[in-house]
Amino acid sequence: MTWALDHIGDIMSRAGQHAWLAGLPLVLGLVIALPLGWLAARRPRLRAVLLTTTGLLYTIPSLALFILLPPLLGTKILDPVNVIVAMTVYTVALLTRTVADGLSSVDGSTQQAAIAMGYGSFARFRAVDLPLAVPVIAAGLRVAAVSNVSIVSVASLIGISQLGYFLTDGYARSFPTEVWVGIVACLLLALVFDLVIQVVSRVLTPWTRAVAA
Amino acid sequence: MIRFEGVTKRYAEASGTARGDGSVAVDDLTLEAPTGKITVLVGPSGCGKTTTLRMVNRMITPTSGTISIDGRDTASLDVAELRRGIGYVIQHAGLFPHRTVLDNVTTVPRLLGTDKRTARTLAMELIERVGLDPAMAKRYPAQLSGGQQQRVGVARALAADPPVMLMDEPFSAVDPVVREQLQNEFLRLQSDLGKTILFVTHDIDEAVKLGDQVAVLRVGGVLAQLDSPAKLLADPVDDFVAGFVGRDRGYRALSFAAAPELSLADEPTVSLGASADDVRAVGTPWVLCVGAAGEPLGWVRAAAVESEVTRTVLHRGGTVASTTGSLRALLDAALSSPSGRGVVADDDGRLVGTIRAAEVIPAIEARRDAVASQAPAEEATAR
Repeated sequence: MTWALDHIGDIMSRAGQHAWLAGLPLVLGLVIALPLGWLAARRPRLRAVLLTTTGLLYTIPSLALFILLPPLLGTKILDPVNVIVAMTVYTVALLTRTVADGLSSVDGSTQQAAIAMGYGSFARFRAVDLPLAVPVIAAGLRVAAVSNVSIVSVASLIGISQLGYFLTDGYARSFPTEVWVGIVACLLLALVFDLVIQVVSRVLTPWTRAVAA
Repeated sequence: MIRFEGVTKRYAEASGTARGDGSVAVDDLTLEAPTGKITVLVGPSGCGKTTTLRMVNRMITPTSGTISIDGRDTASLDVAELRRGIGYVIQHAGLFPHRTVLDNVTTVPRLLGTDKRTARTLAMELIERVGLDPAMAKRYPAQLSGGQQQRVGVARALAADPPVMLMDEPFSAVDPVVREQLQNEFLRLQSDLGKTILFVTHDIDEAVKLGDQVAVLRVGGVLAQLDSPAKLLADPVDDFVAGFVGRDRGYRALSFAAAPELSLADEPTVSLGASADDVRAVGTPWVLCVGAAGEPLGWVRAAAVESEVTRTVLHRGGTVASTTGSLRALLDAALSSPSGRGVVADDDGRLVGTIRAAEVIPAIEARRDAVASQAPAEEATAR
């Protein structure tokens, strides 16, 4: 405990970097997964291809991806961009299916009514399908957020500064307190992410709490 | 006017056989839905009635033939514009669950570019017009009953004041009591608005009740008969239509025959609170009880009155016919009355007199003779 308090400044700054490395990809991944999921929901044949491909991306080991990306992107090995890109790939892998499922879950008669009222396909996506898919997408985002926070810590093996540093450093120095601090900090960060997603989703979906009066 | 000309919808065989003779949903349909009238498409499942409806707003594209609205080929119009100009009501209302009732109703006007405030004012008027409490405007669809949702569905379809409405089994998913209410209000609304309506149902009773004309389709999307409800019941063209319109069609056809002026018998009456002696003094086993305004309340069995006439002793099985109603209502009043005397009231609901079934029958026979004598002429103009 005293160790944690002595190093609070270091912990906070690494937590900030950790949040950035896990959070920005969450946003980028969602932005990419939305059109992919939309395509998958609209075209049954494309759905199989898209979901299998994005699903496979998630099976690439993170450490391998961190090392493979620099030559592909022309970045330096220590560049945090590698981590951002890798985490975005994982987020897309997780969210494409969620977005597709969320969009497909919209009630058939609601979709039919939207078409019959003269919504174009993009307007319908924005005004009807997407808002209705928010609860499902938010559930997927929560999984992706926790997964990102956990995977980012691996990046300490390639020397990118974040909370994972306490795990590798504590292990190297046989100093369990530091390892525990790293674990608890990751856990707290994941909880914060989860909370933010829940609050935003709640604000966006007032109708889900409307019950028969 | 919506006009179908030789419209066929053929679906490709699922296996994709080279012969190309997939299943036919609608077969060479030629039909006119006149302006300001309700045309009902009715038939068993698989008769292509919903397919026919959806081809009008191009949710389904016909394989061949043309559909025009007021002379304009729908295929030549911009599809979004076409749809915004057609009101559409479906079975489960299909409301947007994430929008309030008010925002649901403003959907099409907003798509057409009406400013929010104007659209909302208009929507509030419509919400009241379809019989909803204005306080409902802020609720979400999940907070409404099925019948209320359906009313919102109708308000939403009417919001942009489209000349044409497509209605696909709009009242099928609600219970019979609410359904009848919705049907009656729909007819009242239509008598004000005079929309050109294409209405799909599988329920022949609904078809006959709502339609100005009824198109009976058979499986495979072939038009079996297109006629007024009265003509349909009186003269089905073949066994299929006869079977479909049902067994008691002779009786139901009387719905379309206005009650002629018949001489009614004066009926002695008692009021609520009349003593047992007063009731027995009338001298008949059943005595009619009326309210303060002269409205019939029900029959009382004289022998069953112990001290005085109370609401609990009233027999409520008898229906009340109106002097301006149909022969069917008149006959039914007589048949359902425990005394055998059918109660007839005026438009304000006040008792006018009673009539026996035996006295209604001659009126029915006289009407049939009259219809039969003019039928050949009608036949000639129809063909």
